[in-house]
Amino acid sequence: MFGTHYRIERKSVVLAVAIMIVASIGGLIEIAPLFTIDETVETDPNMRVYTPLELAGRNIYMREGCYACHSQMIRTLRDEVERYGPYSLAVESKYDHPMLWGSKRTGPDLARVGGKYSDQWHTAHLTNPRDVVPESIMPRYSFLRAAPLQTAHLADDLRALRRVGVPYTDEMIANATADAAAQASPDDDTAGLVKRYGDATQVRTFDGDKDTVTEMDALVAYLQILGKLSSAAHTPPPVQTAQK
Amino acid sequence: MVSGLTVNERQRALVVLALLAIVGMAMAAFGAMRGDLLQVHGFVVLLFSLVVLAPVLKGYFAPEPPAERLHDYYDDPIKVGIILSMIWAVFGMGVGDWVAWLLAFPDMTFDAAWSSFGRLRPVHTTGVIFGFGGSALIATSFHVMQRTSRARLADQFSPWFVLIGYQLFCILAVSGYLIGITQSKEYAEPEWYADIWLVVVWVVYLLLYLRTLARRKEPHIYVANWYYLAFILVVAILHIVNNLAVPASFAGVKSYSAFSGVQDAMTQWWYGHNAVAFFLTAGFLGMLYYYLPKRAERPIYSYRMSIVGFWGITFFYMWAGSHHLHYTALPDWVQTLGMTFSLMLLIPSWIAAGNALATLNGAWHRVRDDAALRFMMMAAIFYGLSTFEGSFMAIRPVNALSHYTDWTVAHVHAGVLGWDALITFGAFYALVPWLWKRERMYSPVLVEVHFWLALAGTLIYVFAMWNSGIIQGLMWRTYNDSGTLTYSFLDTMIAMHPYYIARAIGGLLFLTGTLIACYNIWMTIRRPAPRAAPAGDTPLPQPGAPLPANPQPAE
Ligand code: HEC
Ligand code: HEM
Ligand code: HEM
Repeated sequence: MFGTHYRIERKSVVLAVAIMIVASIGGLIEIAPLFTIDETVETDPNMRVYTPLELAGRNIYMREGCYACHSQMIRTLRDEVERYGPYSLAVESKYDHPMLWGSKRTGPDLARVGGKYSDQWHTAHLTNPRDVVPESIMPRYSFLRAAPLQTAHLADDLRALRRVGVPYTDEMIANATADAAAQASPDDDTAGLVKRYGDATQVRTFDGDKDTVTEMDALVAYLQILGKLSSAAHTPPPVQTAQK
Repeated sequence: MVSGLTVNERQRALVVLALLAIVGMAMAAFGAMRGDLLQVHGFVVLLFSLVVLAPVLKGYFAPEPPAERLHDYYDDPIKVGIILSMIWAVFGMGVGDWVAWLLAFPDMTFDAAWSSFGRLRPVHTTGVIFGFGGSALIATSFHVMQRTSRARLADQFSPWFVLIGYQLFCILAVSGYLIGITQSKEYAEPEWYADIWLVVVWVVYLLLYLRTLARRKEPHIYVANWYYLAFILVVAILHIVNNLAVPASFAGVKSYSAFSGVQDAMTQWWYGHNAVAFFLTAGFLGMLYYYLPKRAERPIYSYRMSIVGFWGITFFYMWAGSHHLHYTALPDWVQTLGMTFSLMLLIPSWIAAGNALATLNGAWHRVRDDAALRFMMMAAIFYGLSTFEGSFMAIRPVNALSHYTDWTVAHVHAGVLGWDALITFGAFYALVPWLWKRERMYSPVLVEVHFWLALAGTLIYVFAMWNSGIIQGLMWRTYNDSGTLTYSFLDTMIAMHPYYIARAIGGLLFLTGTLIACYNIWMTIRRPAPRAAPAGDTPLPQPGAPLPANPQPAE
């Protein structure tokens, strides 16, 4: 064995090829099957996609690095389930490109925060967390309320997501900009939006300001949908057998 | 520096910079038409090319360098690399300490988007890992590949392209987070155009490495080079696969990852863990295996341990990524594989660390007297410690406690401060006098002071985070007699406060040490050179002359 190596280490290209082969094996065996084994992701025919406004909110969540302090992955451990709700299933992040499971909980898990608080609470909390929770160490995001949401190119975002596998329809893509505005303006005609994304679509002025659609509207709309795209995790019996 | 380039190479530099400027202008124009942040990055690229253009133009009409230069090593890019690396160190650790204070006092910042924790944190991680660590790896690899091959770099243009091009990647990354451009994938945050640029730089880097190895006058490739080569090759594979994405528009910054959900999580942590393995470990093991034996003037303890350690690390690490996803929606079989291989990984890791420490046998008096060597020894010890800790944390029930808490942060910084930063400082303290042809560092006392500040800072940081992590993990799962959870999340957050202050103080000590190192390096460079070149560095054999008697530190 060491004799062979004594010869290999005299040839740089052989060494390089050997490194690539040896290093590739682990990833191939662990990752490739995740795309082919059906049980990896549960099926949920009622799973819905993010509306353009929620998607914009999700992009703000990424931009602000909320994932650096908040996880979105409830593990299969008793205390987590009791604290945050049913443990997360793979299907729930099926349309998340990329996923935002996170690796650090400086703040609480947000996988099921949708519906836990009112829109006003979120808006006040994001504007200055210490107004609502005096001890909080979360940063302030008051600037979101002043920033009008950029919606002009949302169709491109939906189209790119369709390219990677999210089932946005032509109609959804064509109406992306209008749908984003409509979801935060309940006085507008929202019938088309609700028809495209389902009856459960939440149409409200999320940040309490009717006149402009702001980044705060988008982010709160996203927070309020967390854990609600699929009901698979709540339907007994669980699709995936529980681990200890 | 530019006067050391041939006229032909200067022209090549002009062409590349002109192309870069054009790309920058195109990005700015397309971005402006779309009203997209790409506009800002277009100007950043343009500005960068102009800043680099200035010295090229200034030195353009200097006379051709003498042909004798080819009889010596090419060290200019290494010198610049060391300085750049130290600048990134101060910047990245400065932001790190700021971020650390923010977790104790959240309003210690400006009321502006760019200065909020979520944007600054990736500035810290990218600044230190890619800026400081990456520049140090590139610089030392140029030194090690020449010395161990006893050959000059294959050409004079590509090392500059690699080093300077890499800086552009880091600048795009860091400036991007501040203005809101990120893919949000940990350690792979830069967007698609920066990722493509890094691939270009990396291909040139690999070719340069292979071409220089091809010129070597030693029949065998020394073990440090195996590690550097693994670092370059595997980082390329990881980077390309994990960053596969579809841009929303070629005139915009935003892209969407090709993978989603559980597949994305596995790909991301296959990348993330092996960025640790091949960026933060393999590359730095390359440093350890050259500078430690060199400085101790002892051959590597065991050739066989080098081989087993190297291939074990290359093979096992790639299976271990799933230990970042224990008890998540990732299928059990992958979690089990990840845990098993993480445990096995301890063996080659300790072989690699043990081989380095055993090399010091017979040179302990040097460790006592020479702070640079002590930096390297301490790095090997921390490497052993953090891999032990990592394997322990990869055990599922242990991870149930440690995951999501500061215990991970403690493990991270035991690795990056105690291992990566210390080995880098040790290598720099050896390199700076060699490259600038000084007898020794300006002040050995300041090296000593730096050593103790860095060690104290690391220990304070790590102990604070062990405490906070384990306390918070335990509080989260504490039940009272009636079978309900005892502590609210907020209770557990408030309990962290004193530890966050302690960590920030530890970080401040570490940062102070880094500033002292900058001063010391600067004063060493400014001191006049002695007439005769001091010993220590391996000389290049001159044509016709026999190989010098200074053997490679191995085999
Ligand atoms: C420095 C880390 C940090 C960052 C960054 C951060 N948070 Fe928080 N977050 C916290 C902490 C700590 C708490 C718990 C105290 C509180 O409620 O303010 C919290 C609480 C929350 C809550 C309430 C959760 C609950 O169940 O009570 C929400 C919602 C939230 N954050 C959303 C966000 C969003 C959205 C962002 C990004 C714009 C963000 N956070 C960024 C630390 C952070
Ligand atoms: C002055 C020294 C340093 C200080 C004060 C510091 C501080 C911090 C802080 C406060 C965090 C955020 C932790 C959290 O979110 O809870 C962090 C994260 C991190 N730092 Fe540092 N840091 C320092 C040096 C370094 C160096 C030199 C490196 C790498 C070479 C590094 C790599 C990282 C990484 C990889 C993370 C992310 C950890 C994770 O996601 O779990 N740090 N650091
Ligand atoms: C045998 C070797 C090692 C093993 C088995 C190992 C294992 C682990 C484990 C189990 C985690 C926690 C994952 C989680 O719960 O989220 C982790 C995190 C981490 N480790 Fe290691 N580790 C090893 C060596 C190292 C070294 C030497 C370094 C640094 C130089 C390092 C850097 C990191 C970083 C940066 C993270 C944080 C990732 C994140 O969550 O952002 N590890 N490691």
